[in-house]
Amino acid sequence: MDFRALIVIMMSAVLVNNYVLRQFLGVCPFLGVSRDFKSSVGMGFAVIFVMMLATTVTWPIQIFLLNTSGLEFMQTVVFILVIATLVQLVEVVLKRYFPALFASLGVYLPLMTTNCAVLAVTISNINQGYTYAEALVHALGAGLGFLLAMVLFTGVRTQTESADPPEAFKGIPITLISAALLSLAFFGFDGVIENIFR
Amino acid sequence: MKLSKKDIFTRGIIKENPVLVLLLGLCPALAVSTQAENAIGLGLATTFVLLGSNVVISILRGIIPGRTRIPCYIVLIASFTVLAKMAIEAYAHPLYQALGIFLPLIAVNCIIFARAEMFASKNKVIDSVVDALGTGAGFTLALLAIASVREILGSGSWFGMSIPWLEHNHAMIFTLAPGGFIVLACLLAVVNKVSKERKVAREFNCATCPAAEACGRAGEC
Repeated sequence: MDFRALIVIMMSAVLVNNYVLRQFLGVCPFLGVSRDFKSSVGMGFAVIFVMMLATTVTWPIQIFLLNTSGLEFMQTVVFILVIATLVQLVEVVLKRYFPALFASLGVYLPLMTTNCAVLAVTISNINQGYTYAEALVHALGAGLGFLLAMVLFTGVRTQTESADPPEAFKGIPITLISAALLSLAFFGFDGVIENIFR
Repeated sequence: MKLSKKDIFTRGIIKENPVLVLLLGLCPALAVSTQAENAIGLGLATTFVLLGSNVVISILRGIIPGRTRIPCYIVLIASFTVLAKMAIEAYAHPLYQALGIFLPLIAVNCIIFARAEMFASKNKVIDSVVDALGTGAGFTLALLAIASVREILGSGSWFGMSIPWLEHNHAMIFTLAPGGFIVLACLLAVVNKVSKERKVAREFNCATCPAAEACGRAGEC
């Protein structure tokens, strides 16, 4: 297995093609749950967990079930249902056996079903033609990138909260402007991947 | 409260514009709005899915059991998304490539889910059709507004037609990710300024979340 390829996929998903800041996937939870540090970390880990789990299950389904029976067009329907079912299942299991974990992550799980970032990870794993290991690394990277963006943005947001923007910009508009600046900062990572193994 | 057909239609465009007032479906609105053409394409595809799901859910509103309605809606919306995706792939291949992953992601667009849950499951078929057309038009127009600003300033063109002076003096940032955030922020600020009653959702919370009723954790998130 090419270890370098895995690192490149990982770094690219975390920094260069950051899901929230570069590809606009998962913007709603990014803006909604980044109010305080604790909830943004909780949401970030919930996203990593669900992305990994969803990839673990959907990749074999696509390769061994849909592709072999000529049902590729069912991808969207099948993936959404699988993710929705998985989220429900995880919720039940966590509630029953890991109440402590459920208390910190449980609140964010229902949000995951309609989170476009999770579905996007599973679909782009297939579109990019990743192997199973590459797909899992990509899912982990996408999740870590989401967590990173969330944590950074929470820091920015606590500052804007105490600022006094023009009346019309109060609330969401000024939050979006801060998101733009953070996204601009991530452009600094362009070219990191090409040169990482030079 | 009984609304006339015209009210239902215009409500989706102005008073309850999905993107600019309710702040729903921001991901596709930001991602495909680099060119006006793509924005119209995704807007129409979303309207088609919205229309299909609203009609079917409205017809089946007495049959779908309350407890399993969410999975039913998900399957219906995803099915119409697949139809739209296949049609666009066959008849408008350049658009298919430009929209990329955001075409299948129509299936998780919260606007469609919100209309199914809040309107189609409680209203007659004709009203649901009008509601879908109004909301779809609102989404498309909001996308077109964002995309026009981004394409004119960022690429110096509009629907592919180049604009004198700007075509040599465009600011590339508007076609990149930060530009999307900035343009949306400015448009929301304009909406804030213009609307007297300040209807724009100030924050994201359960009051603005379409899944609030279904998630059963009202007040916690």
